[in-house]
Amino acid sequence: MPEKFDVIVVGAGPAGTSCAYTCAKNGLKVLQLERGEYPGSKNVMGGVLYRKQMEEIIPEFWKEAPLERPVIEQRFWMMDKESTVSFGYKGLEWGMEPYNNFTVLRAPFDQWFAAKGVEQGVLLINETVANECIVENGKVVGVRTDRPDGDVYADVVVLADGVNSLLGKQLGFHKEFRPDEVALTVMEVINLSKEKINDRFNLEDNQGCTIEIFGDSTKGNLGTAFIYTNKESINIGVGTTLSSMIKAKLKPYDLLDYLKNHSMVKPLLAGGESAEYLAHLIPEGGYHSVPKVAGNGVVVVGDAAQLVNAIHREGSNMAMSSGKMAAEAIIRAKERNDFSVASLNSYREALYNSFIMKDLEKYKDAAHTFEHHPQYFREYIPMMNQAMSKFFTVDGTPKREKQKQIMRSVTGAKGTFKVIQDVYRAWKAVK
Amino acid sequence: MSTKTIEEKQYLLRFKCDTKSHLTVLDHDICMTKCPDKICTVFCPAEVYKWEGTRMQVGYEGCHECGSCRIGCPYQNIKWEYPKGGHGIVFRLA
Repeated sequence: MPEKFDVIVVGAGPAGTSCAYTCAKNGLKVLQLERGEYPGSKNVMGGVLYRKQMEEIIPEFWKEAPLERPVIEQRFWMMDKESTVSFGYKGLEWGMEPYNNFTVLRAPFDQWFAAKGVEQGVLLINETVANECIVENGKVVGVRTDRPDGDVYADVVVLADGVNSLLGKQLGFHKEFRPDEVALTVMEVINLSKEKINDRFNLEDNQGCTIEIFGDSTKGNLGTAFIYTNKESINIGVGTTLSSMIKAKLKPYDLLDYLKNHSMVKPLLAGGESAEYLAHLIPEGGYHSVPKVAGNGVVVVGDAAQLVNAIHREGSNMAMSSGKMAAEAIIRAKERNDFSVASLNSYREALYNSFIMKDLEKYKDAAHTFEHHPQYFREYIPMMNQAMSKFFTVDGTPKREKQKQIMRSVTGAKGTFKVIQDVYRAWKAVK
Repeated sequence: MSTKTIEEKQYLLRFKCDTKSHLTVLDHDICMTKCPDKICTVFCPAEVYKWEGTRMQVGYEGCHECGSCRIGCPYQNIKWEYPKGGHGIVFRLA
């Protein structure tokens, strides 16, 4: 008779580990499977970890977790070929407890987090692929792994198997994703001394800065780039929807090199030494792409459930919250000894009543709008740059005349009605 | 120095290669006759796919396991699995 667990969690990213940790802490017998050599060895993110949702799982985690820098400044660049319009916020309150968010490197962080689960009693098995869910009488009862005699059983299987979620597809919870539902992102970790980072980004030790870059960073395609400061390295990355990448025939690594050599970016990286290159998909389909998240004996969490807010670059926090909510639903199901979809749907209800689905709902049309109306990235960002250049260049033209010229150049290029229409459409997509 | 080419980028990585490919082109004829763009050779972030005149060469050893080829192939002509447990790419940092 093979061993049976209360819960099998497939995947040791933030969603899986949050779920495994919470279940084990509440006395459930948990098996967690990780296909990589160690947790984090297959996981990639730009690098911002939010404090709030992590703290709800491990209070005051910042005292012991391997973090890089607390982020005290968030900058946004609307970048053209040889200029950029920037805005942002820097606040020292983000540099002290309880903090807002941190830059992290995922391989060390995920290993630390998974080890916290093991401390709570999770049985973590690395180097094991869950090839399929074992389904009996319409109920998921376990998973078939790639180990010899590798069938394992549980009351509930948690699919935390990431953006590609082959298991979710196997169960028919979602179809294959379309190229416009995922963003292909590549990044590099570039080593740079602490002193250089502090000087170039106007930081002190233990202060971090993030820059999100729109416009020429993706050559006008739907996507963004980012630069995040670690202790002694910088994460720089760029991504667009896979559909944009295909349409524009872009090589992602060429786009990354274009960004690294961009006149606005290059001085920040000068003298740096590349340490790692990483590619990953981000589920960016939003609200409409979220699959079925609960079934008989099964729940889906994190990237596998497409829980990413691309507009606010939130993902790992949603992964953690969804993992915790799933765990709470499993604990309630265990008390009733009922693991049917009706019972596990309490996870779905919690998810849909939380900030996660409310935020995804708010932006449900945003990706579609920006994908089908490329003028926002291609035309308006260069226009903003030209307007700022004109307005701040002192050439003897009276300011009121300058304003008129700027308005004329905007409405003249597109027509007043088109501009109003574009503004209204963008507002509707994000309101 | 920061990297300038995809070869330099890939050289930074550690791979624990399986002897068997986890990526399979199902029908090489489709690449040859129906797919003039061979777009997988463009968007694959690790340059895994290379067109060799009559056949698609699949350098699975350098794969990041991102899934783009499975989703982006216009003919769903790529069978995509995870490498055997413990194999494939091993990220050390981010």
